[in-house]
Amino acid sequence: MADKVGIEVSVAIGDAVKLARADVVAAYPITPQTHIVEHLAELVASGELDAAYIPVESEHSAMSACLGAAATGARVFTATAGQGLELMHEVVYVASSMQLPMVMTVANRALSAPLSVWGDHSDVMSVRDVGWIQIFTENGQEVVDNVLCAFRIAEDRRVLLPVMVHLDGFHLSHMIEPILFPEQAEVDRFLPPNQYPFPLDTAKPVTMGAFAPPVIYSETKKAQEVNIRASQEVIIECWREFGDAFGRYYSPVEGYHSEDARVLLLTMGSFSETAMTAIDRMRDDGKSVGLVRLRLWRPFPFEEIRRAVKEAEVLIVVDRALSFGGPGGPVCSEVRSALYGEAKRPKVVSFVGGLGGRDISLDGFEAIVSRGMEIAETGSEREFEMFGVRE
Amino acid sequence: MADKGELIEIRWHGRGGQGAVTSAELLAQAAVSEGKYAHAFPSFGPERRGAPVLAFVRIDAMKPLKIRAEITEPDIVVVLDPGLLQIIDVTSGLKAGGMVVLNTRKQAEQIKQEFGINCPLATVDATGIARELLGVPITNTTMVGAVLRASGVVKLESLIEPLKHRFGRLAERNINSMKRAYDETLIKE
Repeated sequence: MADKVGIEVSVAIGDAVKLARADVVAAYPITPQTHIVEHLAELVASGELDAAYIPVESEHSAMSACLGAAATGARVFTATAGQGLELMHEVVYVASSMQLPMVMTVANRALSAPLSVWGDHSDVMSVRDVGWIQIFTENGQEVVDNVLCAFRIAEDRRVLLPVMVHLDGFHLSHMIEPILFPEQAEVDRFLPPNQYPFPLDTAKPVTMGAFAPPVIYSETKKAQEVNIRASQEVIIECWREFGDAFGRYYSPVEGYHSEDARVLLLTMGSFSETAMTAIDRMRDDGKSVGLVRLRLWRPFPFEEIRRAVKEAEVLIVVDRALSFGGPGGPVCSEVRSALYGEAKRPKVVSFVGGLGGRDISLDGFEAIVSRGMEIAETGSEREFEMFGVRE
Repeated sequence: MADKGELIEIRWHGRGGQGAVTSAELLAQAAVSEGKYAHAFPSFGPERRGAPVLAFVRIDAMKPLKIRAEITEPDIVVVLDPGLLQIIDVTSGLKAGGMVVLNTRKQAEQIKQEFGINCPLATVDATGIARELLGVPITNTTMVGAVLRASGVVKLESLIEPLKHRFGRLAERNINSMKRAYDETLIKE
Protein backbone atom coordinates (compact mmCIF):
# COMPACT_ATOMS: atom_id res chain seq x y z
CA MET A 1 0.00 0.00 0.00
CA ALA A 2 1.34 3.38 -1.00
CA ASP A 3 1.73 6.31 1.38
CA LYS A 4 -0.56 9.28 1.56
CA VAL A 5 0.45 12.17 -0.65
CA GLY A 6 -0.25 15.86 -0.12
CA ILE A 7 -2.10 16.88 -3.25
CA GLU A 8 -4.70 19.37 -4.41
CA VAL A 9 -8.09 17.67 -4.41
CA SER A 10 -8.86 18.77 -8.00
CA VAL A 11 -5.61 17.23 -9.22
CA ALA A 12 -6.36 14.08 -7.24
CA ILE A 13 -9.69 13.78 -9.06
CA GLY A 14 -7.83 13.85 -12.38
CA ASP A 15 -5.57 11.08 -11.09
CA ALA A 16 -8.61 9.06 -9.95
CA VAL A 17 -10.17 9.38 -13.41
CA LYS A 18 -6.89 8.13 -14.84
CA LEU A 19 -6.95 5.16 -12.43
CA ALA A 20 -10.51 4.49 -13.63
CA ARG A 21 -9.14 4.35 -17.22
CA ALA A 22 -11.67 6.81 -18.65
CA ASP A 23 -11.96 6.66 -22.44
CA VAL A 24 -13.43 10.10 -23.11
CA VAL A 25 -13.24 13.42 -21.27
CA ALA A 26 -15.23 16.35 -22.67
CA ALA A 27 -15.28 19.45 -20.55
CA TYR A 28 -15.19 23.21 -20.46
CA PRO A 29 -13.14 24.92 -17.74
CA ILE A 30 -14.93 26.96 -15.09
CA THR A 31 -13.90 28.07 -11.60
CA PRO A 32 -13.65 26.29 -9.19
CA GLN A 33 -13.61 23.14 -11.28
CA THR A 34 -10.90 24.16 -13.78
CA HIS A 35 -7.95 22.37 -12.18
CA ILE A 36 -9.72 19.02 -12.57
CA VAL A 37 -10.00 19.17 -16.35
CA GLU A 38 -6.72 21.05 -16.70
CA HIS A 39 -4.95 18.13 -15.05
CA LEU A 40 -6.84 15.62 -17.18
CA ALA A 41 -5.84 17.54 -20.32
CA GLU A 42 -2.21 17.26 -19.17
CA LEU A 43 -2.56 13.53 -18.49
CA VAL A 44 -4.03 12.93 -21.94
CA ALA A 45 -1.48 15.19 -23.69
CA SER A 46 1.44 13.42 -21.98
CA GLY A 47 0.07 10.01 -22.88
CA GLU A 48 -0.34 8.97 -19.24
CA LEU A 49 -4.06 8.58 -19.83
CA ASP A 50 -5.07 6.88 -23.06
CA ALA A 51 -8.29 8.81 -23.63
CA ALA A 52 -9.89 11.19 -26.09
CA TYR A 53 -10.00 14.70 -24.65
CA ILE A 54 -12.67 16.68 -26.48
CA PRO A 55 -12.25 20.42 -26.04
CA VAL A 56 -15.61 22.13 -26.47
CA GLU A 57 -16.85 25.72 -26.60
CA SER A 58 -19.40 25.42 -23.77
CA GLU A 59 -20.77 23.14 -21.10
CA HIS A 60 -23.82 22.49 -23.25
CA SER A 61 -21.51 20.98 -25.84
CA ALA A 62 -19.44 19.21 -23.17
CA MET A 63 -22.48 17.28 -21.98
CA SER A 64 -23.63 16.68 -25.57
CA ALA A 65 -20.24 15.18 -26.42
CA CYS A 66 -20.43 13.04 -23.28
CA LEU A 67 -23.84 11.72 -24.34
CA GLY A 68 -22.53 10.65 -27.73
CA ALA A 69 -19.43 9.09 -26.24
CA ALA A 70 -21.41 7.20 -23.57
CA ALA A 71 -23.75 5.87 -26.26
CA THR A 72 -20.80 4.15 -27.92
CA GLY A 73 -20.02 2.34 -24.67
CA ALA A 74 -17.03 4.49 -23.72
CA ARG A 75 -16.19 5.27 -20.10
CA VAL A 76 -16.97 8.98 -19.89
CA PHE A 77 -16.03 11.76 -17.47
CA THR A 78 -16.73 15.46 -17.23
CA ALA A 79 -16.70 18.15 -14.58
CA THR A 80 -18.38 21.48 -14.11
CA ALA A 81 -19.61 24.01 -11.56
CA GLY A 82 -22.10 26.80 -10.99
CA GLN A 83 -23.00 28.65 -14.19
CA GLY A 84 -21.45 25.85 -16.22
CA LEU A 85 -23.93 23.37 -14.81
CA GLU A 86 -26.73 25.84 -15.58
CA LEU A 87 -25.66 26.15 -19.20
CA MET A 88 -25.43 22.35 -19.43
CA HIS A 89 -28.83 21.96 -17.87
CA GLU A 90 -31.11 20.74 -20.67
CA VAL A 91 -28.64 18.09 -21.80
CA VAL A 92 -28.14 16.83 -18.24
CA TYR A 93 -31.71 15.48 -18.27
CA VAL A 94 -31.04 13.63 -21.52
CA ALA A 95 -28.15 11.64 -20.06
CA SER A 96 -30.28 10.15 -17.29
CA SER A 97 -33.40 9.71 -19.42
CA MET A 98 -31.41 7.85 -22.08
CA GLN A 99 -29.72 5.73 -19.39
CA LEU A 100 -26.25 6.78 -20.44
CA PRO A 101 -23.70 6.03 -17.69
CA MET A 102 -21.05 8.69 -17.05
CA VAL A 103 -19.45 10.45 -14.11
CA MET A 104 -19.44 14.20 -13.51
CA THR A 105 -17.75 15.92 -10.59
CA VAL A 106 -19.40 19.20 -9.66
CA ALA A 107 -17.27 21.68 -7.70
CA ASN A 108 -20.33 23.24 -6.09
CA ARG A 109 -20.59 26.96 -6.65
CA ALA A 110 -23.01 29.83 -6.04
CA LEU A 111 -25.07 31.21 -8.92
CA SER A 112 -25.11 34.71 -10.39
CA ALA A 113 -26.12 37.47 -9.86
CA PRO A 114 -24.23 39.01 -8.19
CA LEU A 115 -21.31 37.14 -9.72
CA SER A 116 -19.75 34.75 -7.24
CA VAL A 117 -17.20 32.08 -8.03
CA TRP A 118 -17.32 30.82 -4.45
CA GLY A 119 -18.96 27.73 -3.07
CA ASP A 120 -22.45 26.80 -2.01
CA HIS A 121 -25.13 24.34 -3.10
CA SER A 122 -27.25 26.58 -5.35
CA ASP A 123 -26.03 24.78 -8.47
CA VAL A 124 -26.82 21.38 -6.95
CA MET A 125 -30.39 22.32 -6.18
CA SER A 126 -31.05 23.38 -9.77
CA VAL A 127 -30.26 19.81 -10.86
CA ARG A 128 -32.07 18.11 -8.00
CA ASP A 129 -34.72 16.58 -10.26
CA VAL A 130 -32.69 15.67 -13.35
CA GLY A 131 -32.61 11.96 -12.56
CA TRP A 132 -28.89 11.56 -11.87
CA ILE A 133 -27.54 9.67 -8.90
CA GLN A 134 -25.91 12.31 -6.67
CA ILE A 135 -23.27 11.70 -4.02
CA PHE A 136 -21.81 14.27 -1.60
CA THR A 137 -18.25 14.21 -0.27
CA GLU A 138 -16.55 15.77 2.74
CA ASN A 139 -12.84 15.51 1.98
CA GLY A 140 -10.42 14.73 -0.83
CA GLN A 141 -10.16 11.05 0.01
CA GLU A 142 -13.91 10.69 -0.21
CA VAL A 143 -13.94 12.38 -3.61
CA VAL A 144 -11.27 10.07 -5.01
CA ASP A 145 -12.99 6.99 -3.57
CA ASN A 146 -16.41 8.04 -4.78
CA VAL A 147 -15.25 8.90 -8.30
CA LEU A 148 -14.10 5.27 -8.55
CA CYS A 149 -17.36 4.01 -7.03
CA ALA A 150 -19.38 6.33 -9.30
CA PHE A 151 -18.06 4.71 -12.47
CA ARG A 152 -18.92 1.27 -11.14
CA ILE A 153 -22.40 2.30 -10.02
CA ALA A 154 -23.16 4.18 -13.25
CA GLU A 155 -22.09 1.33 -15.50
CA ASP A 156 -23.70 -1.47 -13.45
CA ARG A 157 -26.10 -3.37 -15.72
CA ARG A 158 -28.80 -2.97 -13.03
CA VAL A 159 -28.39 0.83 -12.98
CA LEU A 160 -27.11 2.45 -16.20
CA LEU A 161 -27.45 5.99 -14.92
CA PRO A 162 -25.13 8.98 -14.84
CA VAL A 163 -23.65 9.89 -11.45
CA MET A 164 -22.68 13.28 -10.04
CA VAL A 165 -20.04 13.44 -7.34
CA HIS A 166 -20.40 16.76 -5.52
CA LEU A 167 -17.48 18.48 -3.84
CA ASP A 168 -17.64 21.95 -2.33
CA GLY A 169 -15.99 24.55 -4.53
CA PHE A 170 -12.74 25.87 -3.00
CA HIS A 171 -13.39 24.40 0.47
CA LEU A 172 -12.71 21.05 -1.12
CA SER A 173 -11.62 21.60 -4.73
CA HIS A 174 -8.69 23.86 -3.83
CA MET A 175 -7.42 22.13 -0.69
CA ILE A 176 -4.03 20.48 -0.56
CA GLU A 177 -4.53 17.52 1.75
CA PRO A 178 -3.35 13.95 2.37
CA ILE A 179 -4.86 11.39 0.02
CA LEU A 180 -4.21 7.69 -0.34
CA PHE A 181 -4.33 6.40 -3.90
CA PRO A 182 -5.10 2.76 -4.59
CA GLU A 183 -2.81 0.83 -6.90
CA GLN A 184 -3.83 0.49 -10.54
CA ALA A 185 -4.23 -3.29 -10.20
CA GLU A 186 -6.56 -2.85 -7.21
CA VAL A 187 -8.67 -0.36 -9.15
CA ASP A 188 -8.79 -2.69 -12.15
CA ARG A 189 -10.09 -5.48 -9.91
CA PHE A 190 -12.73 -3.22 -8.39
CA LEU A 191 -13.78 -1.52 -11.60
CA PRO A 192 -14.12 -3.86 -14.58
CA PRO A 193 -14.29 -2.42 -18.13
CA ASN A 194 -17.54 -0.73 -19.14
CA GLN A 195 -19.85 -3.16 -20.89
CA TYR A 196 -22.68 -0.95 -22.00
CA PRO A 197 -25.34 -3.33 -23.30
CA PHE A 198 -26.69 -1.23 -26.21
CA PRO A 199 -23.72 0.58 -27.77
CA LEU A 200 -24.07 2.47 -31.02
CA ASP A 201 -22.91 0.07 -33.68
CA THR A 202 -23.38 0.54 -37.44
CA ALA A 203 -23.59 -3.23 -37.84
CA LYS A 204 -26.42 -3.42 -35.29
CA PRO A 205 -28.29 -0.11 -35.44
CA VAL A 206 -30.42 1.00 -32.49
CA THR A 207 -32.62 4.05 -31.95
CA MET A 208 -31.80 6.15 -28.91
CA GLY A 209 -33.77 8.99 -27.39
CA ALA A 210 -36.73 8.54 -29.66
CA PHE A 211 -39.79 10.78 -29.93
CA ALA A 212 -42.41 9.86 -27.29
CA PRO A 213 -46.06 10.84 -27.80
CA PRO A 214 -48.44 10.89 -24.79
CA VAL A 215 -49.16 7.22 -25.29
CA ILE A 216 -45.70 6.21 -24.04
CA TYR A 217 -44.02 9.20 -22.29
CA SER A 218 -45.49 8.49 -18.82
CA GLU A 219 -44.38 4.87 -18.99
CA THR A 220 -40.80 5.84 -19.79
CA LYS A 221 -40.77 8.28 -16.86
CA LYS A 222 -42.22 5.66 -14.50
CA ALA A 223 -39.52 3.23 -15.59
CA GLN A 224 -36.88 5.90 -14.92
CA GLU A 225 -38.26 6.55 -11.44
CA VAL A 226 -38.37 2.85 -10.57
CA ASN A 227 -34.84 2.48 -11.87
CA ILE A 228 -33.23 5.27 -9.85
CA ARG A 229 -34.95 4.13 -6.63
CA ALA A 230 -33.73 0.59 -7.22
CA SER A 231 -30.21 1.88 -7.75
CA GLN A 232 -29.88 2.56 -4.02
CA GLU A 233 -29.35 -1.13 -3.36
CA VAL A 234 -26.55 -1.27 -5.95
CA ILE A 235 -24.98 1.91 -4.55
CA ILE A 236 -24.92 0.39 -1.04
CA GLU A 237 -23.52 -2.87 -2.40
CA CYS A 238 -20.80 -0.95 -4.29
CA TRP A 239 -19.81 1.02 -1.17
CA ARG A 240 -19.68 -2.19 0.86
CA GLU A 241 -17.44 -3.88 -1.68
CA PHE A 242 -15.29 -0.77 -1.96
CA GLY A 243 -14.90 -0.87 1.82
CA ASP A 244 -13.98 -4.54 1.78
CA ALA A 245 -11.36 -3.87 -0.89
CA PHE A 246 -9.92 -0.57 0.37
CA GLY A 247 -10.93 -0.32 4.04
CA ARG A 248 -13.01 2.85 3.71
CA TYR A 249 -16.77 2.36 3.99
CA TYR A 250 -19.52 4.74 2.90
CA SER A 251 -23.27 4.84 3.55
CA PRO A 252 -26.23 6.91 2.31
CA VAL A 253 -26.48 8.54 5.75
CA GLU A 254 -23.59 8.68 8.20
CA GLY A 255 -23.58 9.68 11.84
CA TYR A 256 -21.12 11.31 14.20
CA HIS A 257 -21.96 10.88 17.88
CA SER A 258 -25.54 10.79 16.65
CA GLU A 259 -26.93 7.70 18.34
CA ASP A 260 -27.43 8.98 21.86
CA ALA A 261 -27.76 12.69 21.04
CA ARG A 262 -30.77 14.71 22.12
CA VAL A 263 -30.01 17.40 19.54
CA LEU A 264 -28.83 16.56 16.03
CA LEU A 265 -27.28 18.74 13.36
CA LEU A 266 -27.73 17.61 9.76
CA THR A 267 -25.29 18.75 7.06
CA MET A 268 -24.27 17.78 3.55
CA GLY A 269 -20.79 18.27 2.05
CA SER A 270 -17.46 19.43 3.41
CA PHE A 271 -18.89 21.68 6.15
CA SER A 272 -19.71 18.43 7.94
CA GLU A 273 -16.04 18.23 8.95
CA THR A 274 -16.12 21.59 10.71
CA ALA A 275 -19.44 20.57 12.26
CA MET A 276 -17.79 17.40 13.65
CA THR A 277 -15.12 19.41 15.44
CA ALA A 278 -17.83 21.74 16.76
CA ILE A 279 -19.71 18.66 18.03
CA ASP A 280 -16.55 17.49 19.82
CA ARG A 281 -16.29 20.86 21.56
CA MET A 282 -19.95 20.90 22.58
CA ARG A 283 -19.77 17.34 23.89
CA ASP A 284 -16.73 18.33 25.94
CA ASP A 285 -19.02 20.95 27.47
CA GLY A 286 -21.48 18.20 28.35
CA LYS A 287 -24.05 18.91 25.64
CA SER A 288 -25.96 16.02 24.12
CA VAL A 289 -25.30 16.92 20.49
CA GLY A 290 -24.55 14.81 17.44
CA LEU A 291 -24.29 15.10 13.67
CA VAL A 292 -26.02 13.35 10.80
CA ARG A 293 -24.42 13.69 7.36
CA LEU A 294 -26.32 13.12 4.17
CA ARG A 295 -24.07 11.47 1.59
CA LEU A 296 -26.58 10.19 -0.94
CA TRP A 297 -28.69 13.09 -2.20
CA ARG A 298 -30.38 11.16 -5.03
CA PRO A 299 -31.94 8.66 -4.74
CA PHE A 300 -32.95 10.19 -1.39
CA PRO A 301 -32.39 7.69 1.43
CA PHE A 302 -35.75 8.04 3.22
CA GLU A 303 -35.51 5.01 5.50
CA GLU A 304 -31.93 5.72 6.54
CA ILE A 305 -32.76 9.34 7.41
CA ARG A 306 -35.78 8.27 9.47
CA ARG A 307 -33.69 5.73 11.34
CA ALA A 308 -30.83 8.16 11.94
CA VAL A 309 -32.93 10.90 13.56
CA LYS A 310 -35.87 9.16 15.19
CA GLU A 311 -34.53 9.15 18.75
CA ALA A 312 -33.55 12.84 18.75
CA GLU A 313 -35.71 15.63 20.18
CA VAL A 314 -34.43 18.38 17.91
CA LEU A 315 -33.04 18.15 14.38
CA ILE A 316 -31.26 21.24 13.03
CA VAL A 317 -30.71 21.14 9.26
CA VAL A 318 -28.08 23.48 7.81
CA ASP A 319 -28.49 24.14 4.09
CA ARG A 320 -26.09 25.96 1.79
CA ALA A 321 -28.78 27.01 -0.70
CA LEU A 322 -32.04 28.94 -0.73
CA SER A 323 -35.39 28.13 -2.26
CA PHE A 324 -36.59 31.69 -2.85
CA GLY A 325 -40.08 32.24 -1.55
CA GLY A 326 -40.19 28.60 -0.56
CA PRO A 327 -39.70 26.59 2.59
CA GLY A 328 -36.08 27.61 3.18
CA GLY A 329 -33.34 25.03 2.89
CA PRO A 330 -33.88 22.44 0.15
CA VAL A 331 -32.29 19.63 2.17
CA CYS A 332 -34.50 20.50 5.11
CA SER A 333 -37.60 20.29 2.89
CA GLU A 334 -36.70 16.75 1.91
CA VAL A 335 -35.98 15.77 5.50
CA ARG A 336 -39.28 17.25 6.71
CA SER A 337 -41.08 15.31 3.97
CA ALA A 338 -39.37 12.11 4.96
CA LEU A 339 -40.43 12.58 8.60
CA TYR A 340 -43.94 13.98 8.10
CA GLY A 341 -45.75 10.67 8.38
CA GLU A 342 -43.74 9.43 11.36
CA ALA A 343 -45.50 9.15 14.70
CA LYS A 344 -42.25 9.79 16.58
CA ARG A 345 -40.05 12.46 15.08
CA PRO A 346 -37.82 15.31 16.23
CA LYS A 347 -38.74 18.97 15.94
CA VAL A 348 -37.09 20.12 12.71
CA VAL A 349 -35.40 23.53 12.49
CA SER A 350 -34.09 24.95 9.20
CA PHE A 351 -31.04 27.18 8.79
CA VAL A 352 -29.47 28.46 5.58
CA GLY A 353 -25.85 29.60 5.75
CA GLY A 354 -22.45 29.40 4.09
CA LEU A 355 -23.72 31.01 0.89
CA GLY A 356 -21.31 32.22 -1.78
CA GLY A 357 -18.22 30.85 -0.03
CA ARG A 358 -18.85 32.26 3.43
CA ASP A 359 -17.35 30.04 6.13
CA ILE A 360 -19.34 28.63 8.98
CA SER A 361 -16.76 28.49 11.77
CA LEU A 362 -16.67 26.27 14.86
CA ASP A 363 -18.28 29.09 16.84
CA GLY A 364 -20.80 29.42 14.03
CA PHE A 365 -21.96 25.82 14.36
CA GLU A 366 -22.20 26.24 18.13
CA ALA A 367 -24.33 29.35 17.64
CA ILE A 368 -26.57 27.48 15.17
CA VAL A 369 -27.12 24.71 17.72
CA SER A 370 -28.00 27.17 20.53
CA ARG A 371 -30.36 29.15 18.33
CA GLY A 372 -31.86 25.95 16.91
CA MET A 373 -32.62 24.67 20.42
CA GLU A 374 -34.20 28.01 21.27
CA ILE A 375 -36.44 27.85 18.18
CA ALA A 376 -37.41 24.26 18.97
CA GLU A 377 -38.42 25.42 22.46
CA THR A 378 -40.26 28.62 21.65
CA GLY A 379 -41.11 28.25 17.97
CA SER A 380 -40.39 30.75 15.20
CA GLU A 381 -42.60 32.81 12.93
CA ARG A 382 -40.31 32.09 10.01
CA GLU A 383 -39.99 28.90 7.96
CA PHE A 384 -36.23 29.11 8.36
CA GLU A 385 -33.46 31.41 9.51
CA MET A 386 -30.43 32.59 7.63
CA PHE A 387 -27.31 32.18 9.70
CA GLY A 388 -24.64 34.86 9.96
CA VAL A 389 -26.31 37.33 7.64
CA ARG A 390 -26.14 41.08 8.31
CA GLU A 391 -29.62 42.55 8.39
CA MET B 1 6.07 22.42 17.57
CA ALA B 2 3.89 20.00 15.61
CA ASP B 3 5.54 16.97 17.21
CA LYS B 4 3.72 17.76 20.44
CA GLY B 5 0.58 16.61 18.73
CA GLU B 6 -1.05 19.99 18.84
CA LEU B 7 -2.72 21.70 15.97
CA ILE B 8 -0.46 24.35 14.42
CA GLU B 9 -2.18 27.01 12.31
CA ILE B 10 -0.12 29.16 9.96
CA ARG B 11 -1.38 32.20 8.05
CA TRP B 12 0.63 33.53 5.12
CA HIS B 13 0.42 37.13 3.98
CA GLY B 14 1.75 37.96 0.54
CA ARG B 15 0.89 39.74 -2.65
CA GLY B 16 -0.56 38.01 -5.70
CA GLY B 17 2.39 36.58 -7.64
CA GLN B 18 4.76 36.22 -4.69
CA GLY B 19 3.88 32.59 -4.18
CA ALA B 20 2.24 32.55 -0.76
CA VAL B 21 -0.14 29.84 -1.95
CA THR B 22 2.74 27.75 -3.26
CA SER B 23 4.61 28.10 0.06
CA ALA B 24 1.57 26.90 1.94
CA GLU B 25 1.15 23.97 -0.44
CA LEU B 26 4.81 22.92 -0.18
CA LEU B 27 4.76 23.07 3.60
CA ALA B 28 1.63 20.92 3.79
CA GLN B 29 3.09 18.40 1.36
CA ALA B 30 6.25 18.18 3.47
CA ALA B 31 4.19 17.61 6.62
CA VAL B 32 2.13 14.88 4.91
CA SER B 33 5.34 13.20 3.76
CA GLU B 34 6.36 13.05 7.44
CA GLY B 35 3.14 11.16 8.17
CA LYS B 36 1.45 14.17 9.75
CA TYR B 37 -2.02 15.43 8.99
CA ALA B 38 -1.91 18.70 7.11
CA HIS B 39 -3.82 20.81 4.68
CA ALA B 40 -3.22 24.05 2.81
CA PHE B 41 -5.49 26.41 0.95
CA PRO B 42 -5.59 29.93 -0.42
CA SER B 43 -7.95 32.73 0.53
CA PHE B 44 -10.27 31.63 -2.19
CA GLY B 45 -11.10 33.68 -5.20
CA PRO B 46 -9.81 35.39 -8.31
CA GLU B 47 -6.50 36.76 -7.05
CA ARG B 48 -4.80 39.68 -8.73
CA ARG B 49 -1.07 40.18 -9.10
CA GLY B 50 0.17 42.63 -6.50
CA ALA B 51 -2.95 42.61 -4.34
CA PRO B 52 -2.69 41.35 -0.75
CA VAL B 53 -3.47 37.61 -0.54
CA LEU B 54 -3.69 35.06 2.21
CA ALA B 55 -2.86 31.38 2.34
CA PHE B 56 -3.33 28.95 5.19
CA VAL B 57 -1.70 25.78 6.52
CA ARG B 58 -2.83 23.52 9.34
CA ILE B 59 -0.57 20.76 10.64
CA ASP B 60 -1.42 18.21 13.31
CA ALA B 61 0.96 15.36 14.07
CA MET B 62 -1.70 13.22 15.73
CA LYS B 63 -5.25 13.84 14.55
CA PRO B 64 -6.92 14.16 11.14
CA LEU B 65 -7.96 17.76 10.50
CA LYS B 66 -11.70 18.20 10.66
CA ILE B 67 -12.18 21.85 9.95
CA ARG B 68 -12.74 23.74 6.72
CA ALA B 69 -12.69 27.41 7.47
CA GLU B 70 -10.09 30.14 7.15
CA ILE B 71 -7.60 30.53 9.99
CA THR B 72 -8.52 33.53 12.12
CA GLU B 73 -6.38 32.72 15.18
CA PRO B 74 -3.01 31.58 13.85
CA ASP B 75 -0.03 30.28 15.81
CA ILE B 76 2.36 31.61 13.19
CA VAL B 77 1.99 34.50 10.78
CA VAL B 78 4.34 34.65 7.79
CA VAL B 79 4.77 37.90 5.88
CA LEU B 80 6.37 37.65 2.43
CA ASP B 81 6.26 41.35 1.67
CA PRO B 82 7.44 43.89 4.27
CA GLY B 83 5.24 46.57 2.70
CA LEU B 84 2.14 44.73 3.89
CA LEU B 85 2.87 45.84 7.46
CA GLN B 86 1.88 49.37 6.41
CA ILE B 87 -1.61 48.35 5.27
CA ILE B 88 -2.58 45.22 7.24
CA ASP B 89 -2.47 44.30 10.91
CA VAL B 90 -0.75 40.99 10.27
CA THR B 91 -0.89 40.08 13.97
CA SER B 92 -4.71 40.12 13.94
CA GLY B 93 -6.01 37.15 15.93
CA LEU B 94 -2.51 35.83 16.66
CA LYS B 95 -2.67 33.34 19.53
CA ALA B 96 -0.92 34.07 22.83
CA GLY B 97 2.56 32.61 22.41
CA GLY B 98 2.30 33.05 18.64
CA MET B 99 5.04 34.32 16.36
CA VAL B 100 5.53 36.48 13.27
CA VAL B 101 8.03 35.49 10.57
CA LEU B 102 8.88 38.51 8.42
CA ASN B 103 10.82 39.20 5.26
CA THR B 104 12.72 42.42 6.00
CA ARG B 105 16.15 43.99 5.82
CA LYS B 106 15.50 45.89 9.01
CA GLN B 107 16.41 44.84 12.54
CA ALA B 108 13.68 42.99 14.45
CA GLU B 109 13.84 45.55 17.29
CA GLN B 110 13.15 48.40 14.87
CA ILE B 111 10.17 46.58 13.32
CA LYS B 112 8.75 45.74 16.74
CA GLN B 113 8.86 49.38 17.77
CA GLU B 114 7.64 50.76 14.47
CA PHE B 115 4.61 48.48 14.23
CA GLY B 116 3.99 47.69 17.90
CA ILE B 117 4.60 43.96 17.51
CA ASN B 118 4.86 42.41 20.99
CA CYS B 119 5.29 38.74 20.12
CA PRO B 120 8.47 36.90 19.08
CA LEU B 121 9.59 38.07 15.64
CA ALA B 122 11.75 36.10 13.21
CA THR B 123 13.37 38.13 10.45
CA VAL B 124 15.36 37.41 7.31
CA ASP B 125 16.22 39.41 4.20
CA ALA B 126 14.38 37.01 1.90
CA THR B 127 14.16 39.53 -0.95
CA GLY B 128 17.97 39.92 -0.91
CA ILE B 129 18.48 36.13 -0.87
CA ALA B 130 15.91 35.55 -3.63
CA ARG B 131 17.41 38.26 -5.86
CA GLU B 132 20.87 36.79 -5.41
CA LEU B 133 20.06 33.08 -5.77
CA LEU B 134 16.88 33.04 -7.89
CA GLY B 135 17.40 36.24 -9.84
CA VAL B 136 13.86 37.40 -9.01
CA PRO B 137 12.35 38.97 -5.89
CA ILE B 138 9.93 36.07 -5.36
CA THR B 139 10.34 35.15 -1.73
CA ASN B 140 8.04 32.21 -1.17
CA THR B 141 10.47 29.28 -1.08
CA THR B 142 13.02 31.42 0.75
CA MET B 143 10.50 32.26 3.45
CA VAL B 144 9.71 28.57 3.90
CA GLY B 145 13.29 28.27 5.18
CA ALA B 146 12.65 31.06 7.67
CA VAL B 147 9.45 29.42 8.92
CA LEU B 148 11.23 26.11 9.45
CA ARG B 149 14.02 27.81 11.37
CA ALA B 150 11.61 29.77 13.51
CA SER B 151 9.14 26.97 14.24
CA GLY B 152 10.64 23.57 13.40
CA VAL B 153 7.17 22.65 12.25
CA VAL B 154 8.60 20.17 9.73
CA LYS B 155 12.15 19.07 8.91
CA LEU B 156 14.12 20.99 6.30
CA GLU B 157 14.83 17.73 4.41
CA SER B 158 11.11 17.07 4.05
CA LEU B 159 10.82 20.10 1.74
CA ILE B 160 13.37 18.80 -0.77
CA GLU B 161 11.05 16.38 -2.59
CA PRO B 162 8.08 18.75 -2.81
CA LEU B 163 10.41 21.49 -4.14
CA LYS B 164 11.89 19.14 -6.74
CA HIS B 165 8.44 18.04 -7.83
CA ARG B 166 7.16 21.60 -8.05
CA PHE B 167 10.13 23.36 -9.64
CA GLY B 168 11.91 20.69 -11.71
CA ARG B 169 15.10 22.19 -13.12
CA LEU B 170 14.67 25.32 -10.99
CA ALA B 171 14.40 23.26 -7.81
CA GLU B 172 18.05 23.46 -6.82
CA ARG B 173 18.08 27.26 -6.70
CA ASN B 174 14.93 27.25 -4.64
CA ILE B 175 16.36 24.66 -2.27
CA ASN B 176 19.48 26.79 -1.86
CA SER B 177 17.39 29.88 -1.14
CA MET B 178 15.40 28.01 1.45
CA LYS B 179 18.56 26.68 3.15
CA ARG B 180 20.22 30.08 3.11
CA ALA B 181 17.17 31.68 4.75
CA TYR B 182 17.10 28.85 7.28
CA ASP B 183 20.69 29.70 8.22
CA GLU B 184 20.24 33.47 8.27
CA THR B 185 16.91 33.82 10.09
CA LEU B 186 17.19 35.69 13.39
CA ILE B 187 14.66 35.30 16.16
CA LYS B 188 13.92 38.14 18.58
CA GLU B 189 11.83 37.10 21.57
